[in-house]
Amino acid sequence: MKDSEIPDPFAQVRASKGYAEIDDQGDPVTMLLRLKDVRKTAHNYQTFTSEAVPGRIVVPSEVSIRSTRQIPFEVDPPMHGAYRAMIEPWFKRPLQEKYQEQLRAIIADLLKVLAHGEKLDLVYDFALPLQSRALTLLLNSPMEEAETWISWGTHVFRSEGEALDGSKADVLYDYIDAKLDQAVSHPGDDLFSLLMQGEVEGRKLSKEEAKGVMVLTFAGGRDTVINAVTNAMAHFASHPEDLERLRREPELINTAVEEMIRYFSPLTHMGRVVTEDTQVCEHALKADSRVSLCWASANRDEAVFEEPNQLKIDRKVNPHVGFGFSHHNCLGATHARQVMRLLLKEMAASISSVELIEGRENWEVWGDFRRKVGYHQLQVKLQPRH
Amino acid sequence: MAKITFITADGSSRAVEGHTGSVMELAVSHGIPGIDGDCGGVCSCATCHVHVAPEDLDKTGQASEIEKDMLELADGADEFSRLCCQISLSEDLDGIQLRVAK
Repeated sequence: MKDSEIPDPFAQVRASKGYAEIDDQGDPVTMLLRLKDVRKTAHNYQTFTSEAVPGRIVVPSEVSIRSTRQIPFEVDPPMHGAYRAMIEPWFKRPLQEKYQEQLRAIIADLLKVLAHGEKLDLVYDFALPLQSRALTLLLNSPMEEAETWISWGTHVFRSEGEALDGSKADVLYDYIDAKLDQAVSHPGDDLFSLLMQGEVEGRKLSKEEAKGVMVLTFAGGRDTVINAVTNAMAHFASHPEDLERLRREPELINTAVEEMIRYFSPLTHMGRVVTEDTQVCEHALKADSRVSLCWASANRDEAVFEEPNQLKIDRKVNPHVGFGFSHHNCLGATHARQVMRLLLKEMAASISSVELIEGRENWEVWGDFRRKVGYHQLQVKLQPRH
Repeated sequence: MAKITFITADGSSRAVEGHTGSVMELAVSHGIPGIDGDCGGVCSCATCHVHVAPEDLDKTGQASEIEKDMLELADGADEFSRLCCQISLSEDLDGIQLRVAK
């Protein structure tokens, strides 16, 4: 099969025009493709709002399958800042030593169980359990909960395949409802309890608001983390020299992770709704139309990145937007960075090689663009070092 | 060895010393409030924004083009702004004063 390469389908249109118009369930989107335009537009929440009808800033739109507003994601400043201030310290816990040690143990245990030179599926046997068990740390939930989340599959809103799946969303919503009720009747020290006791602007958070935070936490860090983990492992199969180099130069782990986030761009783009007639990239945009900030294209912008299609684990200056940009940057980034840093560290410590056997690539379709984001399945053999 | 003074949002100042690495790494290792360095120093997150004291600007030098593009959209940026992950520690920096951006 082909190697771990993630091609850039946007290069030509990014250079010639800078934007592309695509349809999405009858609510068209203008995709912005250049890094500078993406950054400026992301920063300007007044003209490009996230506070539209719930689900509309997501591409593909989730308007038909969800009414709960995701928080703080679908709220603009100043209220956005109030929510963010309340939950930010919790989402910075991955910086604590104890958290990192527990996360390291989750990854090391999985590798120990799986790395015997026998065939395994990286998505289902490794990335999915890793993401779910790591999430128990972020939520401070019991480790057993991970088994329930694993049973939901790789995308909590999408069945295997492409279409948005409302029935799958209900499973998540019912689960979150039950956990929030439990957090009121039996308060504990998990994220559900923090939210139900939490205050914003001097009043208690409503259950609907708490639910909005939890839906975001579950949905935002699911297939994104799974794709980042799977792509990183696939990269080491095609580029064993990079795994060798991390063994010799562990100080490169940070630049390697940031470069992988740039190169993989686990989230292709995120939308905004235009609040007034305006223009971007000399292109007129009408009020109430949609744009998308195409992180994946911006991250390959040759005007900024030298050799943008090369994954260089020692890239020192790397102003990527893989975690978004400005006020709405990724709430889970601290956690995701620790997952990736510890994955690379443990891979270097305990795995001698990754051998790709076969896989089914996951290609998204956006108008005329087709973009590989990762794999539906990826069979590999992991050889232990000792 | 370079001694660097950080003035934090509450107006208090702290002098810390270091040899190697970036000014951001020095600040993070001493827990200077307001310097997060989320991206570890690759100029991607803008959480290490400082204002260099005007008289120290010749020591730190000017921001690169890529850094300027980041600062253009950072809150409260001015002509003295730098992302301190892009300033390498050296003896030349001894005695400079950096005000942590809000």
